[in-house]
Amino acid sequence: MNPEVVLGTGEAVVFWVLAPVALAGALGMVFSRNAVHSALWLVMTMLSLGVFYVVQEAPFLGAVQIIVYTGAIMILFLFVLMLVGRDSSDSVVETLRGQRVAAIVLGLGFAGLVGAGIARATQDLAVTGLAAVQNAGTSNIEAIAALLFTRYLLAFEVTSALLITAAVGAMVLAHIEHEPGTRRTQKELSRARFLTDRPQTLPGPGVFARGNSVAVPALLPDGRLAEDSFATGIEPQEADQMPRPTGRGQLGSPDAALGTLDPAPSDTPGGREGGQHR
Amino acid sequence: MTVLAAAADQPTLEDFGTDVWWIVLIKIVGVFGILVLLTLFAIVFERKVVARMQQRIGPNRVGPRGYLQSLADGLKLAFKEDIMPALADKPVYFLAPVIATIPAFLAFSVIPLGPVVSIFGQQTPLQLTDAPIGVLVVLACSAMGVYGIVLGGWASGSTYPLLGSLRSAAQMVSYEIAMGLSIVAVFLYAGSMSTSEIVAAQADGNPVSFFGLEFTGPGWFAVLLPVSFVIYVIAVVGETNRAPFDLPEAESELVGGFHTEYSSLKFALFFLAEYINIVTVSALAATLFLGGWRAPWPISIWDGANSGWWPLLWFFLKVVVALFVFVWLRGTLPRLRYDQFMRFGWKVLVPTALVWILAVATMRTVAREADLSTGQVALFVGVPIALLVLGGLFLAGRATNRATRIAATKAAAGSNHPTDAEPEVLPPSGPRRRPARPTGPSRAEGGFPVPPMDLTVPPSPRLRRREAVAPDGAVVGTGRRSTTTIEEDVDDRAR
Repeated sequence: MNPEVVLGTGEAVVFWVLAPVALAGALGMVFSRNAVHSALWLVMTMLSLGVFYVVQEAPFLGAVQIIVYTGAIMILFLFVLMLVGRDSSDSVVETLRGQRVAAIVLGLGFAGLVGAGIARATQDLAVTGLAAVQNAGTSNIEAIAALLFTRYLLAFEVTSALLITAAVGAMVLAHIEHEPGTRRTQKELSRARFLTDRPQTLPGPGVFARGNSVAVPALLPDGRLAEDSFATGIEPQEADQMPRPTGRGQLGSPDAALGTLDPAPSDTPGGREGGQHR
Repeated sequence: MTVLAAAADQPTLEDFGTDVWWIVLIKIVGVFGILVLLTLFAIVFERKVVARMQQRIGPNRVGPRGYLQSLADGLKLAFKEDIMPALADKPVYFLAPVIATIPAFLAFSVIPLGPVVSIFGQQTPLQLTDAPIGVLVVLACSAMGVYGIVLGGWASGSTYPLLGSLRSAAQMVSYEIAMGLSIVAVFLYAGSMSTSEIVAAQADGNPVSFFGLEFTGPGWFAVLLPVSFVIYVIAVVGETNRAPFDLPEAESELVGGFHTEYSSLKFALFFLAEYINIVTVSALAATLFLGGWRAPWPISIWDGANSGWWPLLWFFLKVVVALFVFVWLRGTLPRLRYDQFMRFGWKVLVPTALVWILAVATMRTVAREADLSTGQVALFVGVPIALLVLGGLFLAGRATNRATRIAATKAAAGSNHPTDAEPEVLPPSGPRRRPARPTGPSRAEGGFPVPPMDLTVPPSPRLRRREAVAPDGAVVGTGRRSTTTIEEDVDDRAR
């Protein structure tokens, strides 16, 4: 290491606090069974990396790391994972024999190769520090902008072209062609509905009925079937229904459920006369 | 003169990061206290203002004129039962409100509240911290805040919260793009992303000479970059899940949205985070577009307006005005349909912001090449273009609303059928159609349904009581109304 570059106290503290956190996040991401938990561990690692960037005098990179990676990309990951279903944990059954051992060995080997390569490449590298590279007086953002739009302009443009291609490709794949006029617009549907006799919503199944299946039509007050409540495409069925209570004798008094009083409560609730129920 | 005074008080980036530790502590506690107090205030303020808009009184029981209502509500929330749903993912369910709240508090740390002041003998800016990337910190925090909502909805293990959180994820990600793009033009004009420097960039008006008439135009970016301001205002309403964009917690569709299953302090944290986010985006609007803590024009003539502790007052006045706009929108506009909302975000806001950035960048370059001042560009290029665009929008709006306008004129003139049945009317939908009743006017005349015009008041059931039996023997009617319905039918037939 170049002796001129000194690790500041604050930087050292941040490193030793956040490096285990970042590592724990990475390990947790690999080892948790639940996909959403994995994504959350990864978010933790990415946040720690963002803080590392900021501490190492690259605040723009840190902010972009948090906004783009944790804020946009991981949210999209979560979006998909949540749609998959919350109980879809990883299966622990190996479909290929010895797959897990091979994966561990290969993973360790790859990590060793990359680590050793980076260690060798940076062993005797002279460290200049960001302040020396960015000319004094220009901020981190201006230095990045200057490089991005002069020296690396081609790479920048090619990357943006790639991203646009990906976006357009996704849109083409997800696009469904509708011939104009085949689907009624909301306005047309609404107008058609108001031309019928019933502009309001139709009664659902089970109004006054004793079953809540979509095949059980609603009943009118006189006991006939309400034709308006027939579900489209389903034959109305006589489902298993509770027997329809007929009259006060079977219904019982609502007060009866509360227990008996002395003297015995009146059979007509509220003292109302002629409360005839079917 | 004012420029010099401003330069002395105006903090620069070098002023930050050099405070004594106890000053930093005071500032942290101060920001925390301000946010909590503003949240309490914002809730009561919202309820009172909405009540006035709806001809009600609003909360008026707790404290003087009801102003301690949200304090009482907060205390009540803390003592409620903490419910953990059986299907909940326990660690995530517990973490979600925390994840929602922490970034909300963090974001306010880069908001400048005032100039350099003296606290116990220490000269320090009234701002917790600032960085060259100041505004990006706010964006990053709002990006992290999405996690709280998304995870809260997912971890509840229930359908409505999941739907609410899916909606909010899509909504906040897409409106964050519009919000970020709207700020880019401010960065271009201010030449910095640091909040204190953006406030400094709005300090001085732009001197303009209009054919020999010299005057100073306003320096606020809300005036210089009106399109950015409008897009920002719309986008942050979507970003904070407020009406009319409160689809993640649409009461009529999703019960409570992502926080349906939450109760007690966890719910209180979500509530707190939502209101802090509103306060933060209001403060950011004041900082980026309304001149920050600097006094508005008539007050700024007074030299002492922009020094000492006075700017706190101007700043919070601006924040309260922004909060009022939030409440105003909630009291005025109905909720959008979800597809309309997403279409508006992606097909209107984002392209408009992109075209606007292009125009602003072009004008900046042209102005720099031609040695024009900002004021000249705004006056001689911006104003004519703005008039053209507004005129075009006005004409286009009249053209699209033509049918409605004609119908309204006819209706005002006494027409019975303001919407004439159009020739290309489609057949009524649905397989079930009852034949229209012979009595009364037909409802299917192309207009909206009218109640039967020949309604008569039914005779009182107490006068006659007869057995409710229809002519064919079937029992008609139910309960105590049965007699009257029969009577009515008989009367109709007799007539």
